[in-house]
Amino acid sequence: MARRTFSIGGVHPNDAKISRDCKIEVLPTPPTVYIAVAQHIGAPAKPVVAVGDKVKAGQVIAEPGGFMSAYIHSSVSGTVKSIGPRKDLSGNNQMVVEIAVEGDEWMEGIDRTDTLITEIPQDPKAIIEKIKLGGVVGLGGATFPTHVKLSPPPGKTCEMLIINGCECEPYLTSDFRTLLEKGEQVVVGTAIIKKALGVDKATIAIEDNKPEAIDHIEKVVAEMKAKSTDYAGIEVMSLMKKYPEGGEKQLIDAVMHRQVKSGGLPIDVGAVVDNVCTALAVYEAVQKNKPLVDNSVTVTGECFPRQANLLVRVGTPINYIIDFLGGVPEDAAKVISGGPMMGKSIANLEAATMKGTGGLLFLTREQTKRMPESNCIRCGKCADACPMGLEPFLLNRLAKAGNTDALEENAVQDCIMCGCCLYSCPAGIPLLDVISQARGQVMGIMKARAAAAKAAAEAAKPKTE
Amino acid sequence: MTTTIIWTIAIISGLGLLLALTLYLVAQRFKVVEDPRIELVEKAMPGANCGGCGFAGCHAFAESAVKAPNLDNHFCPVGGNETMKAVADILGYEIQEKAPMVAVVRCNGSCANRPKVNEYDGSVSCKVKASLYSGDTGCAFGCLGCGDCVEACKFGALSMDPETGLPVVDENKCTACGACTKACPKGIIELRKKGPRGMREFVSCVNKDKGPSVKKACAAACIGCGICVKTCTHGAIVLDNNVAYIDPEKCKLCRECEAMCPTGAIHGVNFPKPLDKEAVKARVQERQKKAREAAAAAANEIKKEENNG
Repeated sequence: MARRTFSIGGVHPNDAKISRDCKIEVLPTPPTVYIAVAQHIGAPAKPVVAVGDKVKAGQVIAEPGGFMSAYIHSSVSGTVKSIGPRKDLSGNNQMVVEIAVEGDEWMEGIDRTDTLITEIPQDPKAIIEKIKLGGVVGLGGATFPTHVKLSPPPGKTCEMLIINGCECEPYLTSDFRTLLEKGEQVVVGTAIIKKALGVDKATIAIEDNKPEAIDHIEKVVAEMKAKSTDYAGIEVMSLMKKYPEGGEKQLIDAVMHRQVKSGGLPIDVGAVVDNVCTALAVYEAVQKNKPLVDNSVTVTGECFPRQANLLVRVGTPINYIIDFLGGVPEDAAKVISGGPMMGKSIANLEAATMKGTGGLLFLTREQTKRMPESNCIRCGKCADACPMGLEPFLLNRLAKAGNTDALEENAVQDCIMCGCCLYSCPAGIPLLDVISQARGQVMGIMKARAAAAKAAAEAAKPKTE
Repeated sequence: MTTTIIWTIAIISGLGLLLALTLYLVAQRFKVVEDPRIELVEKAMPGANCGGCGFAGCHAFAESAVKAPNLDNHFCPVGGNETMKAVADILGYEIQEKAPMVAVVRCNGSCANRPKVNEYDGSVSCKVKASLYSGDTGCAFGCLGCGDCVEACKFGALSMDPETGLPVVDENKCTACGACTKACPKGIIELRKKGPRGMREFVSCVNKDKGPSVKKACAAACIGCGICVKTCTHGAIVLDNNVAYIDPEKCKLCRECEAMCPTGAIHGVNFPKPLDKEAVKARVQERQKKAREAAAAAANEIKKEENNG
């Protein structure tokens, strides 16, 4: 049988999962944490603590600042030292709550034991409320508030839940280790999300470069199915290794053979996609009352002496993690937050981790060297590689000309910034850099236009009194 | 032989006449009546088609100007008052003269002042660089040095200084069209009043961070200490978001703030004489000392009166 995968584009970068055998270790709590109030897509959360307040781990320190927003909890116990701007990974100022750590006291009602609770709540509304209170956001990278995702707009029904265990980014292994070490919890989390959505089918999709994880999860699912009917309909699916399989739209294509149209959402084709770590966070929030205050981070790179998968408290300074593992190696030229394909290089090592931080990757000068840029030779490799069916060479040219109308016509807003075009370009053109900037610009224009149209519609509406 | 030549000439000439007649008739039939003043106005324009006025080009400006009831919303920054006067004469409008403007780069982050903290190897474009991160220095507000402004300038007035890594404005070429201010993703270029004989005083920094972190990033940045605000006797300087701004309308070009600025973030240009920093500083300090003493004396006076009363 042919191995399942998505239909258009994609590349095959070297796997490089050198930290795959490192068990998840718990990183000691740092002396100070810096918790950002904007750790998710949407409106930043509003701080509800004041300087000098004593907080416990798991305590709410910021409340959602709008519909599309999430709760932020303190990841440690201690005193709030300051609330103000601090430089983030990219060196730009971001609002953070600084907490000096004192002891490790947790909020009451949080179950921190390892006992597995397989019995799940039956009321979808109660589940979604608990997920919201737990501050759970999508941990696949986009940090989309999970409670919003699990409340589909009226008129749209979900047919299948897909749990994303692809981890198609080279180097990263935190999802893989989570599947191996906390597979039971992930499966329970899957059943909870399934219940919240009210769907019959759930697929845990795993790329076939992780056979151990596939075997383990299949075994766990079979065990669970024997125990309770809540687990019926959960399947494990092996997918062919190809980048970017973990992209939401690519994964839906691979699993369901359905294509999300330009500008559409997964729910339009009856799918909801959540990452395995999100499923774990949902399990902890719903079954254990434990909000999202820590996440697993892969620290890796050929030049890094000690590979590791760490369980890190949200807000831990990057340099604290690096120092714990022995400091920055001499030949490292770049530290990347995330994987080598979609990750961003870190400009400020004093910055702190966030809920969505999945990996720290150290690369040498040799590994990160950019090819000198030369002229486009019209080979079309970028168009072949683009998993969204775009024409990166064209978008690049339009972006350089600043033609935003044509960029929108050519769907620059559909770009998922996977980097396949840049990876495949033989002329060394920084396609992704230019296109992602243009994408941001065009999306800004589209948003402003939508807001203006909405305001105009409001104004045109006859006033009813 | 002769007949052939004659016939050829006759046919070609006849054909020419016929086609000319057709063209003439068609032109008459489909004639677009355009206000003749549009052409006159367009001729009076500089013809740079830079878009600095906010219209698509000189023709679009002329069309709009002819239709408009007055010239309040029309100003050609390139041609300046002279052009606008000519346009007003054609259209019979009154105009108010505007002070000539010039582009001013408000960043002191030269390679010497602002050390690099990382290396940027992405696309050589300020807007791409700004979309990726804060830049290769510790300052998240200053010049990114890729020269988007130089590319945007249609008059060749901007160039990158290889020594400082900052753009330099050629005042004689700058027409204040504003293209560079729009091209700069950090918004460091400002259109300012050119000033009498080109003399002007401005704060060459836009960093909104607090003092200590600014100082770490750049040696000649505005640290928001507010000394200039206290020095200025004309109320021309405001401190907002940890960065000072000199209002060109109120500034009297006394250069006291420039002398007093501890980091040298304030620049004065085109002054005939170089600034004698120490002398001005001594003068200001003397004045401030006197003012302090006067204030103390006044306070004492009030105290005495209170005690007596």
